[in-house]
Amino acid sequence: MKKQSRLIISILVFGYAFLYIPLISVVFYSFNDSKLATVWGGFSTRWYGELFRNEQILDALFLSLRIAASSATLATIFGTMAGLILVRFGRFRGRALFSGMITSPLVMPEVITGLSLLLLFVSMQQLFGWPGQRGFATITIAHTTFAMAYVAVIVRSRLTAMDESLEEAAMDLGCRPLRVVFDITLPLIAPAMISGWLLAFTLSLDDLVIASFVSGPGSSTLPMYIFSKVKLGVTPDINALASLIILVVSVTLLIAWIVTRKTQPRASS
Amino acid sequence: MSEKQKDFIRIRGVSKLFGDFVAVDNVNLDIGRGELFSILGGSGCGKSTLLRIMAGFETPTAGTIEIDGVDITHLPPYERPVNMMFQSYAIFPHMTVEDNIAYGLRKDRVARPEVTARVDDVINLVKLGEFRKRKPEQLSGGQRQRVALARALIKRPKVLLLDEPLAALDKKLREHTQFELMAIQDQLGVTFIVVTHDQEEAMTLSSRIAVMEKGCFLQVGEPKEIYEYPTSRFVADFIGTINMFEGTVTQLGDETIIVNSAEAGTNLHALGDHAVEVGQHVCIAVRPEKIFISRDEPENADDIKVRGVVDDLGYFGNLSLYRVRLSSGKVIQVSSQNRQRSAKRFVEWEDEIWVSWRPRSAVVLRD
Amino acid sequence: MAAVKQRDWWERVTIAVPYLWLLVFFLLPFAIILKISLADPVIAQPPFTPTFDEQGSLSITADNFLFLLTDKLYAVTYLKSIVMATAATILCLALGFPMAFGIARSAPSTRGVLLLLIILPFWISFLLRVYAWMGLLNNYGVINNMLIWLGVIDQPVRLLYTDFAIFIGLTYSYLPFMVLPLYATLERMDIDLIEAAQDLGASRTEAFWDVTWPLARAGVIAGCLLVFIPAMGEYVVPYLLGGPESLLIGRVLFDEFFVNRDWPLASAVTIMLLLLLVAPIVFMQRNQAREIDAQQ
Repeated sequence: MKKQSRLIISILVFGYAFLYIPLISVVFYSFNDSKLATVWGGFSTRWYGELFRNEQILDALFLSLRIAASSATLATIFGTMAGLILVRFGRFRGRALFSGMITSPLVMPEVITGLSLLLLFVSMQQLFGWPGQRGFATITIAHTTFAMAYVAVIVRSRLTAMDESLEEAAMDLGCRPLRVVFDITLPLIAPAMISGWLLAFTLSLDDLVIASFVSGPGSSTLPMYIFSKVKLGVTPDINALASLIILVVSVTLLIAWIVTRKTQPRASS
Repeated sequence: MSEKQKDFIRIRGVSKLFGDFVAVDNVNLDIGRGELFSILGGSGCGKSTLLRIMAGFETPTAGTIEIDGVDITHLPPYERPVNMMFQSYAIFPHMTVEDNIAYGLRKDRVARPEVTARVDDVINLVKLGEFRKRKPEQLSGGQRQRVALARALIKRPKVLLLDEPLAALDKKLREHTQFELMAIQDQLGVTFIVVTHDQEEAMTLSSRIAVMEKGCFLQVGEPKEIYEYPTSRFVADFIGTINMFEGTVTQLGDETIIVNSAEAGTNLHALGDHAVEVGQHVCIAVRPEKIFISRDEPENADDIKVRGVVDDLGYFGNLSLYRVRLSSGKVIQVSSQNRQRSAKRFVEWEDEIWVSWRPRSAVVLRD
Repeated sequence: MAAVKQRDWWERVTIAVPYLWLLVFFLLPFAIILKISLADPVIAQPPFTPTFDEQGSLSITADNFLFLLTDKLYAVTYLKSIVMATAATILCLALGFPMAFGIARSAPSTRGVLLLLIILPFWISFLLRVYAWMGLLNNYGVINNMLIWLGVIDQPVRLLYTDFAIFIGLTYSYLPFMVLPLYATLERMDIDLIEAAQDLGASRTEAFWDVTWPLARAGVIAGCLLVFIPAMGEYVVPYLLGGPESLLIGRVLFDEFFVNRDWPLASAVTIMLLLLLVAPIVFMQRNQAREIDAQQ
């Protein structure tokens, strides 16, 4: 391997510093005893304690988790179907429209998706009275719609990389097409489906803008709660919450990384 | 500058270390102007590293390289009078055949009309005329190889380095291309240095071969010399097939030595052009085609004769291969030309036969 | 047209379910936006006039669009969004390309860690990452404290709630989107090609512009669009880091809808934004399709 040029190395160092200094400073200040979030007042873990006594946060977190789990599951089902259709089903009427619709949410600005879905829900309510209350159901639908695009992309790339002769072999051995899907295809793309689910789950937990549009009064997701607080400036308890999230994500990702490295050693160079 | 400048390329004490690993170990070599020189060795023997040092992609840990009297050891690749044909061909996928070939001249700011003229010349040389506007993905393997060759030749380098030039081609095309490569080299008179793992390729192409192993040259010489007079077991074994008989020297003659070999089950005579002593452990090596096979005992008294049984035989069209089990249990290979057309084999499986060879067909290997 | 193959019932279901879902929850909403953008705002529930009046005749208006096109504030907003998104894209590219290049050329053992470190921020809440910059850019934040301590300044400089903060925030948030596709193309690239160029007389810089850059084009395009498109409609970054005067489309749209409750105008703003983005989005999909073809 060639030695890297000094310029590249310094840009790498700068880039990673740029990415991580803000996160590190948040974690640092979360242990600040002072109520003024930017003035150091000694080490303390009291904000973490307050976090767990804040019922609003816990309610918002619980709602967010419920939405994330349901929308990730739906998105995985629909996204897998979409991936299968695009790779294995050949041509069908309206395929171009379908593939356009499935990839567009990937790049659609959130404000557009949010507004358009809210207007849909309002119109539906006018026409046949559903959804009466906007909240869990509407946010779940909205998140499913954009997250299934991500799942479809992951499943699709996994399917394209997969050897089609495996499925042909199963058919040659007397397996009917629907059985092939369950016996061969789905088990082989299971890793892609799992990472799709995890991605959908994270995207849902992460989303502020779309949820703000399609939720009604009284149902606040965790990002919505955080946003309402940080609008007014930096607060120490949000620092603590952010640090916890950073910790959870880092540990999860690290474990996932180690596991995949162990299970597929040197899969590709 | 004489026509036969023997030290056109002078490699002196070149070593390359990657950490603790010695890739190239104190190599010395002279290559003459206009030679077609091959460096032959298995993977990881250091041949590619040596080539990359000559091209300027690696700096040697020690030693110098001179080309035509100029020390190029520390010149960057783009300032060397050397061009390289990559094993992967490394054809720029976003440029046409023509642009690929012209690239080197454009980098040298050669005037446009001259670029056109020289591109025309070299495209004709490699017979790519009708493909000049194509993109690389529209070319076959053989055509890509020609583009790579043309691109490397157009700058009229003093030395052309070829990294496994034929490895990516199929067998038929490889043979054809081999001769074409030789013809082009002959026509242009450029010094070619070929790195290859394929001993057959090295044998047919080269004026001289260096056999490399573990970063060192084991033997440097003309193909015939390397084949007929290998100086080490590694070389003997690496080039072609050879039968080896372990033994001990029992007698030294004027021209021949006698070696007692349990593996052969008899005393072996060989030309003793090596300095050996009585009692020394040596190895007698004989090529399969130097061994004759017969049903009856051969008459010539000087020949070495051993009895054996045909273990296996294979018909390859132009020749037949036999695996013969000697009475000692050792299995040797014998090959013979099928000069006459006949449906019937003259020996069959499990036939008792004689194998024999002339003393001067055998080589004495000491190490 | 070629005969469409007769399909099993389960195949029809597999196609129909996601298809219908997307038609209802993705395509239909756009039709509704279009409809509302052609209505007049009224103080009612819902706050816009119906497309067909009591007599059943079509009642639409282009007023909203005319207003958007003639009102200077909106022109400035759109222009500013484009400028900001472009600036952030360029900075992301300037920083992301060498990073991706460095990662792709690093030893395989460190490459995994470097990539993980690029992906990690992506999994941490977007909102919280933007929030982190509030703490850094604050008048009494880390950067100001540091500069005062170093003696560069003696009064805190206003960094938060400025256009500069938006610019940094956008770059920070979308940098991983630039690095990842660039890495994917650079990693696939054959290093022999660069060496071949050097062998033929190109210096390091020339080899970069002749070979590396054109071959990385697909990745560059993908990365730029992945940064530019969402940055155009960004809401959180301008809201949290920008001042009250730093109006970008995303924020204007949100305010028009929730604060002024002018649904028709908000819809028109959305349609205009979509029109601005149609070209890049289509370009993106083409580019992606080509990439997929190239891999097969």
